[in-house]
Amino acid sequence: MSAVRTRALTKRYGAVLAVDGIDLDVREGDVYGFLGANGSGKTTTVRMLLGLVLATSGDIEVLGSPMPRSAGAVLPRVGTLVEGPASYGHLTGRANLRLFDSMGPATSPGSRRRRKQRVDDVLERVGLGVAGDRRVRGYSLGMRQRLGLAGALLREPELLVLDEPTNGLDPQGIHEMRRLLLELNAQGTTILLSSHLLAEVEQMCTRVGVLDRGRLVVQDDLRVLQAPTGLSFVVTPDVERAGALLDGRVVRRDGRRLVVREPDTAALTRSLVAGDVRVQEVGPERRGLEQVVLEATADPSNVGVSR
Amino acid sequence: MIRVELSKMLRRPRTWVIILGLNLLPTVVAVLLAVTDLGPQPGEGPAFLSAVLTDGTLFPLAALAMVLPLFMPVAVAVVAGDAVAGEAQAGTLRYLLTRPVGRARLLVAKLVSVIAFVLLAVVVVAVVGYVVGRLLLGGGDASALVTGISGSSLTSTQLVERTLLAVVYVTLSMLGVAALALLLSTFTDSPLGAALGALAFLIASTLLLTLDAAQSLQPYLPTRYWLSFVDLFRDPILWRDIVRGVLLQGVYVVVFLGAAWANFSTKDITS
Repeated sequence: MSAVRTRALTKRYGAVLAVDGIDLDVREGDVYGFLGANGSGKTTTVRMLLGLVLATSGDIEVLGSPMPRSAGAVLPRVGTLVEGPASYGHLTGRANLRLFDSMGPATSPGSRRRRKQRVDDVLERVGLGVAGDRRVRGYSLGMRQRLGLAGALLREPELLVLDEPTNGLDPQGIHEMRRLLLELNAQGTTILLSSHLLAEVEQMCTRVGVLDRGRLVVQDDLRVLQAPTGLSFVVTPDVERAGALLDGRVVRRDGRRLVVREPDTAALTRSLVAGDVRVQEVGPERRGLEQVVLEATADPSNVGVSR
Repeated sequence: MIRVELSKMLRRPRTWVIILGLNLLPTVVAVLLAVTDLGPQPGEGPAFLSAVLTDGTLFPLAALAMVLPLFMPVAVAVVAGDAVAGEAQAGTLRYLLTRPVGRARLLVAKLVSVIAFVLLAVVVVAVVGYVVGRLLLGGGDASALVTGISGSSLTSTQLVERTLLAVVYVTLSMLGVAALALLLSTFTDSPLGAALGALAFLIASTLLLTLDAAQSLQPYLPTRYWLSFVDLFRDPILWRDIVRGVLLQGVYVVVFLGAAWANFSTKDITS
């Protein structure tokens, strides 16, 4: 089943087409990386999924129910962190979470009584156990981010929608956040992670969608996108001799690094060594996510293709 | 949700700072009157003020009459203007709405919390006025004032009852401003803009009240019946303006709140 599915989702602001007929498909159990440059329509899309922004046309289904019509039933099962955390600065982190927890419909009977325990648990989970009793006004951006995530986790959501969750975190914090999210995912939480950080998505996600100027230009499993290309790379000090030996099969040459049309690295290594070429490194050439994204989002006018 | 909003309002330091500020002017006036013993002549200056020198128990009414035309609307506009725009500016609005809290529910909860704030402020002003009046200006019987207005005297029970009625009436008088500030608050992400917009409307209304050419508009201006609570202290009570004042505020609330709902329920939340 799909956790999030949209059909021809479109949002128009006056003359500007912010989101142009996209068909998102986030499956249950995915860690879905939603990539796109700033201004590509990511945040507008995320806001439409949550019923904050109303679509101009198209359908949205979240956890199997239409949005925004079923917002009352769907949103309690979704945890969100949209465009940075927000809280009431004059209250402590703990007081903020209690207040937040008391808003909206209760998830289960007796949930009011377990509020204190629940708030303590999520604070502990995001590493704010001690700082929870300080006023949020004095928090760093990283701490606010953790508090925002704690708020998203209060109801043990089935789906987490996170917009740039590592924003403002230090490397240690990013590492902890990634571990926490992967742990949640292992327990069955579907995660929709919107980001412009390719490395972050590459490290965490199982599926990737790329948005470019309002259009979804790529949507596939990360493994498929990064599949071997039928090429191998070789790093050698004897570039000239290797070039002569592999005559015609060298696709690219970049200093001492050659890219060769040859899927079998073992056979390639043997023929090079037999030809008295010293091999420093050899391996299958994979496409990085960056390359995938750049190829997909290349401006057609730059390569001389007219549409 | 109403409970949540009330607790948010009460836990905000700003609420108490504003209420403290509202009490400053009447207290200063009471001190000045006590020290100098120079009251305005009957019929001049703020309502009831000429009478308080002889009877401090009337000071709550004088205090209300002092803060009602300007300070109270400013306080209400600030609080109501902040209601939605403040949440939008802080970014908490998107988290409220994705809890989810229904948009109509949020508006109603906000309005109730603003009304509760007004009631709280009015009651505190009245109580502080009473304490300050008794301490600084002394007690007495209210006959001096009431004789001045309609020729018969009120018992102290009647005085208490009518003071309570006045508190309710003053609170209701602020509803129009509150609803307008709330409406503007749904249009902008700037709490200041919403508050100032509501105040501009009130200033326009006050100006038009003094203009003879605007006579046909005057019965519909939101500030027209604000000081009619004085009529509660006539014997018998002169209900005409009081009833009109309440109805007029009711109309403003319905219109502004309806418009706020129409705008907010279909608005794209991009803050």
